[in-house]
Amino acid sequence: MVSKLKTSLAALGLSTALATSMVSGAFAAAHETPLTGDLVIFSDMSNPAPRAVMEGMVARFKEMNPDLNIELTIIDREAYKTQIRNFLTANSPDVANWYAGNRMAPYVDAGLFEDISDVWEGDMSENLASTKGALTIDGKQYGVPYTYYQWGVYYRKDIYDQYGLSEPEDWETLKSNCQTLLDNGVKCFTIGTKFLWTAAGWFDYLNMRTNGFDYHMKLTAGEIPWTDEGVKKTFANWRELIDMGAYIDNHTAYSWQEALPFMLNGEAAAYLMGNFAVAPMREGGLTDDQLDYYQFPTITPDTPKGEDAPTDTFHIPSSAKNKENAKAFLKFVTSAENQTLINAGDALGQLPVNAQSSVDDDKFLKEGFDVLSNKAPGGIAQFFDRDAPAEMAKVAMEGFQEFMVRPDNIDRILDRLENARERIYK
Amino acid sequence: MFPTPIAKTSRSWQLTYQSLLPVALILWLLPLISIAVFSIKPDADFTSGNYWGWPSSFEGITNYSKVFFESDMPRYLLNSVFITVPTVLGCIALSAMTGFALGIYRFRSNLWIFFMFVAGNFVPFQILMVPVRDLTLNLGLYNTKTGLVLFHIAFQTGFCTLFMRNFIRALPFELIEAARVEGVSEWRIFWFVVLPLMKPALAALAVLIFTFIWNDYFWAVVLTQGVESQPVTAGITSFNAQYRAAYHLMSAGSIVAALPPVAMFFLMQKHFIAGLTLGAVK
Amino acid sequence: MTQATLPDTHADRGKRSFWRRNQIAISPWLFLAPGVIFFLIYVIFPVFQSFQISTLRWDGLGDPEYIGLENYRELWDDPAFYVSLKNNVLWLLLYLLAIPAGLFIALFLNQTVTGIRLYKSLFFFPFVISQVVVGLVFTWFYDPTFGLLNVMLGWFGLGPINVLGDPTYVTYGIIAAGLWPQTAYCMILYLTGLNGVNPEQIEAGRLDNARGWRMLWHIIIPQLKPATFIAFVVTIIGALRSFDLISVMTNGGPFGESRVLSFYMFEVALSEYGFRMGYGAAIAVVLFLIMLIFIAYFLWSMYRETRGR
Repeated sequence: MVSKLKTSLAALGLSTALATSMVSGAFAAAHETPLTGDLVIFSDMSNPAPRAVMEGMVARFKEMNPDLNIELTIIDREAYKTQIRNFLTANSPDVANWYAGNRMAPYVDAGLFEDISDVWEGDMSENLASTKGALTIDGKQYGVPYTYYQWGVYYRKDIYDQYGLSEPEDWETLKSNCQTLLDNGVKCFTIGTKFLWTAAGWFDYLNMRTNGFDYHMKLTAGEIPWTDEGVKKTFANWRELIDMGAYIDNHTAYSWQEALPFMLNGEAAAYLMGNFAVAPMREGGLTDDQLDYYQFPTITPDTPKGEDAPTDTFHIPSSAKNKENAKAFLKFVTSAENQTLINAGDALGQLPVNAQSSVDDDKFLKEGFDVLSNKAPGGIAQFFDRDAPAEMAKVAMEGFQEFMVRPDNIDRILDRLENARERIYK
Repeated sequence: MFPTPIAKTSRSWQLTYQSLLPVALILWLLPLISIAVFSIKPDADFTSGNYWGWPSSFEGITNYSKVFFESDMPRYLLNSVFITVPTVLGCIALSAMTGFALGIYRFRSNLWIFFMFVAGNFVPFQILMVPVRDLTLNLGLYNTKTGLVLFHIAFQTGFCTLFMRNFIRALPFELIEAARVEGVSEWRIFWFVVLPLMKPALAALAVLIFTFIWNDYFWAVVLTQGVESQPVTAGITSFNAQYRAAYHLMSAGSIVAALPPVAMFFLMQKHFIAGLTLGAVK
Repeated sequence: MTQATLPDTHADRGKRSFWRRNQIAISPWLFLAPGVIFFLIYVIFPVFQSFQISTLRWDGLGDPEYIGLENYRELWDDPAFYVSLKNNVLWLLLYLLAIPAGLFIALFLNQTVTGIRLYKSLFFFPFVISQVVVGLVFTWFYDPTFGLLNVMLGWFGLGPINVLGDPTYVTYGIIAAGLWPQTAYCMILYLTGLNGVNPEQIEAGRLDNARGWRMLWHIIIPQLKPATFIAFVVTIIGALRSFDLISVMTNGGPFGESRVLSFYMFEVALSEYGFRMGYGAAIAVVLFLIMLIFIAYFLWSMYRETRGR
């Protein structure tokens, strides 16, 4: 069905032997008898850096279990999103990548992901407490996380300094900063909404800051109507920015990457994005002196802040043939040592999920880790299209995009979303 | 001849016409010319906003060698070849037979079977999406070139049968009668009498189907995923996603993807147009 | 031994003579079998399967659930469906412009000057290129920051238009991109048609003092009827199948304003957020019914033609 990209394990093992020797030593003790048999892994980590990480993990696991026959297939990340439906039903591997939150719900509901609550018992629940909720449905766990990253406002510190602006702590400052920028011919925010989800980032933050994290989670869970006053307040706040002209023009024509140049050449001063945007901005020529990060400011005072931190995961399909091996692999992936290693700046460059791991010495990772661990008392959300069911996410994100272009349509948009909610959550 | 041949018109109109031709052509092909220009520009021209000016340096070789040696494009191109060629052969084989059957024999359901092919050919093929995807999944052919080829053969058989049948109808029927009188078997009539006469039709169809299949995007997206089986039309979109905003590489990649059918067209122009315009003249 | 071989030869002879007698009746079916079987499995049955799937609620993962006409009832209240339907009508109507445009270019090129063959080929060129590439080319042509369209508009002091990001222009922008190759196709049909126009009738017309428009309308166009018929058929089919351009240029956006039925169906059933096979199939059925009108018309005119022979 899928052509296999069998990794040349021997060669890889050799090249990573140096890095692994210390890790495997520590881990082998925890797990007495080396595994035997097969382990089939399907992964969506197809971009160059994640791919190297995945191949490295397999090589190290193989090192610890020399008699285990591991077969790794790496599939294009975008293609994977639709392909997973096919291989889970027809030809399932022992371990598969996916995403946390509601994004895994259809597979859990269809009985395609294995309940692995037993893996979570003991240490793991403690060390991975921050992401446990995102992998829990009806009190059971259906997968393990391997990485996550913060969202927030990435901004041009040099431009802010030029106009004497500082990182906003509250909504009023954010708006007054924005006005100063606009008066000087600089757009406050760049965004590319062609593929919709970027607008959902804005909605997540505005809603979490306006109504709080719990409200936001109830909304994405379908427990609050879209015509609710709270939602309307969120959109009213959003509208203030839109009416100011805070966003770049014609954002509907751009992808998130195509919106980057506006920030790079100084036509826009900030970007609400995930931490993955840092790499292309650095490649685009911004130094760490020019680029900085701040947490999305408070809107309604005394609302505990919630944050978006999408978590990427591993799961065991219910029809996997080698579940014990798969469980051992998941434990290995989440171990503190492995987490430090794969999330380091020279690997994934993201945040480790294990509390015992250490965060890379990167300024954005450190700040992000601090925000998620200490400054997000409200809670951690996955991201709109992972928290809400797929269908609802699609309809709503279209609504967000429409609102950003035609804010006057807000009532019609909300009615439409409400109709969708009533149908989708039943 | 209509309109009045240019040679018979006034001198001034002749001159106007002669100069109008290249201008019209350039306007007509402007979008293409622009990506051709993009594909030889250096990266720096795009960051400095020099989109439409003269390339600051000629980087054609760098850009195209990147496409060929540093991306998956060659694999996608190869996939396209392995999808297109078997489809062309399969279609021609099947439709030569169906066309022969419907063109030569008179039997009751002849017209109805013919209409089935024609109607099926006109169906907006997206309708078949969900069932054909399921069928392919159940056959274990999802995300394989074979799965895509089988579907293409089946679907294109509709169009090819229409084409072949009409072509065979126009052949002199006496030849076949004469062969039958001599006691030649039907299979040998097909193989030795009719097939040689159908060469122009076979060539025309081959070129046409080649282009259709090469350029297919919808089924490539529905039935395949990933570099191991997707043809170049789908590949170019992942290529573009990878190099988003690298306009010089995207242009070079697109030109490479578009080239084979273009070459086919220029090499086989006569057959190509004969295929397309069958029926345009009575 | 003898007993064993005798009946064998007998049967063989009987078979051969049966084959001899019925060869002409059986042969067509043997020739048809592979093509028809393939076509039935991959095209005809799936059309009917679509009808069946459209009565299910099915996410493609678990077990399907029969819900009768529920999908159609929902379609009835779905604003996105009406947007797609409206765009389909726009496509159908505006795509037909390819026919007069193709005729116009064909008339322009129907001359015998040096190099005209190359001109004809180059004008036809866009049709050979994959729609994916055409879509990309036009996306850049329309780009609000650097697109050639806005550069040209700038010469006339007109502001930049975000064609593909603006719900009012987006469908027209995509149709214009689609018209480019389609016009080339119609052009080649008419060029061939013009070749076959009877020169005597033109001369007769000239004697009657018909020229220019009158000549075109009364003498040329009637003779181009077969070419026009084919141009009409391929253009209608092309319009209803439009998918590639939309998918490449806008992905249905902004906020779904450039969707057509064939794209919406794909989006609902198979895209990243789509899990509704039944609903997708219901849209397919609607599109099929629209197409059925045209299919019936084509078949009817072919039927008349065969009868007329």
